[in-house]
Amino acid sequence: MSMSTVATAPEKTIKVVDPRAKMSVLDQLYFPQIVRGLSITTAIFLRNMWAWMTGKKGGVTIQYPEEKLEHSPRYRGLHILAQRDDGSPRCVACYMCSTACPADCIYIEAEEHPDPAIEKRPNRFDIDLSRCVFCGFCEEACPCEAIYMTASYEDLPQDNFSDLVVDLDFLLNRDQTLVTKKKNAIKGRR
Amino acid sequence: MFDPVILIADILKVSIIFFILLNAGGLLTWVERKQAAVIQHRIGANRALLLLSTKVERFGALNGPLNLILPILAPPINFLLRPLGKLGLFHALADGGKMLFKEDFMPTGAHPFLFQLAPFLAVVPAFMVACVIPFGPDIEVMGRTIPLQIASLDMGILFFFAFGGIAVYSAAIGGWASGNKFALLGSIRASAQMISYEVAYGLAIVGTMMVFGTVRLDEMVVQQGELLFGFLPAWGVVMQPLGFLLFYTALLAEGKRVPFDLPEGESEIVAGYFTEYSGMKFGTFFMAEFIEVFIGAAMISVLFFGGWQVPYLYETGFVFPWGGTFNMPTFMVVVTQVGAMFAKILFFCWLNVQIRWTLLRFRFDQLIRLGWKFMLPAALANIFITGLVMVLMDS
Repeated sequence: MSMSTVATAPEKTIKVVDPRAKMSVLDQLYFPQIVRGLSITTAIFLRNMWAWMTGKKGGVTIQYPEEKLEHSPRYRGLHILAQRDDGSPRCVACYMCSTACPADCIYIEAEEHPDPAIEKRPNRFDIDLSRCVFCGFCEEACPCEAIYMTASYEDLPQDNFSDLVVDLDFLLNRDQTLVTKKKNAIKGRR
Repeated sequence: MFDPVILIADILKVSIIFFILLNAGGLLTWVERKQAAVIQHRIGANRALLLLSTKVERFGALNGPLNLILPILAPPINFLLRPLGKLGLFHALADGGKMLFKEDFMPTGAHPFLFQLAPFLAVVPAFMVACVIPFGPDIEVMGRTIPLQIASLDMGILFFFAFGGIAVYSAAIGGWASGNKFALLGSIRASAQMISYEVAYGLAIVGTMMVFGTVRLDEMVVQQGELLFGFLPAWGVVMQPLGFLLFYTALLAEGKRVPFDLPEGESEIVAGYFTEYSGMKFGTFFMAEFIEVFIGAAMISVLFFGGWQVPYLYETGFVFPWGGTFNMPTFMVVVTQVGAMFAKILFFCWLNVQIRWTLLRFRFDQLIRLGWKFMLPAALANIFITGLVMVLMDS
């Protein structure tokens, strides 16, 4: 008895598409469709040409070195290490970031911090940018707001791989306003 | 009889048309790049720049005078060159330079003579057919009549077909002599395609020959200056609309341009018959293709769009069918007519590039089916209908 009630489920229909079956005589002649295609490209051509002639930019191209695209403030580019008020790193060498890193590109050596209130500080903090996948797990893992990925990408390219390994000095002494910008961007979204 | 004025006129005509064709080869690459960019919402090539230096050091004794002149001479010239660079015009020059200095490579398995012959077979016929194209009306210079056409041959359009047909040898020989499978496939495709379309190509024009009763291109253009029903210019496209469509399609196929670029088919067979060509040999094929585009545009305008004729413009000026005249000096009339010819050529070059960036490549069976099963019967029907109409109108 229950079998017959189950059969009300909607049937799946398969749509058979045979382009030739539906082609009208005009379509089979091919010529009207050529004219249609040409009229589309010609309309675009004329519109863009008019933009050129009247001094506007008739394209969507960004002329890179002269024009630059505004990236999202949350863009994950080159890393930065945040400073404390006295200029020392906020990092406490907890190894959270290097543990979270899927590319295994962060190398940290810890040492005792002179201030007894803080346990450790990094002696070495190297990031191999040639291995980094720019996933942002390190900044998410960081418990001390010490590592961020900034919106800058133009410092990244280097001539050889060894120059792509950046150290504590480099990461700590980058423009600290980038940290504030990134923090604000993250706050703004939350 | 030897006449120095006619000799000088001939030399001038040949050099001017040669100059125009060579430049058309370069400029059309620019047109193609820029037009593609504009259609695709891009900007296109705009980086190549050629500037004069204000200080030179490597000309020995000339250094002193050059360094005096250049600081004055260079800034205004550079001021003119910069916008040209922005337009991307120097990319054709940069391309030419690149091709000239590239390695002229020949594969081990290639047939050395035929391999070197093929680019010439591509480019020479392209130049040769230009000599039957009338670029303007006859002009009177120092009491002599000089036609604005290099050679006013009795065979006219047959010359165009004869030498245009040689281009197929270039593709076939070039591909075969390369000793490369892809090149061979390309050359087989080229031969099959060009010979299939040669038939429709020749038959499509028969209707036009019947209507005008001549194969001389200059006479055809003169006849297209007449009016039908008192107001419609008797252009070939009005008399032979189907002939025009068939001829234009066959012309695209003969020129091996998209949508008929199967011999090159870069997504399937690398670069087809010129896979193994590099440097200026490849450049020669490339130039031949663009010259063919230009010549094809000229042929279309001559056969179907009145050549140098401007509607209602006669030797004394405009005479409009709805009354009213606008007198012009003969010189201005000739200039207008030659200008109209080049405007028509430019329009058809534009259309060719527009088609190239709009349509998709045919499949090979579609191409052959279109050629043999549609275009050939249509061309024959066109001849039949043209003949029938002519007989009916005579009786």
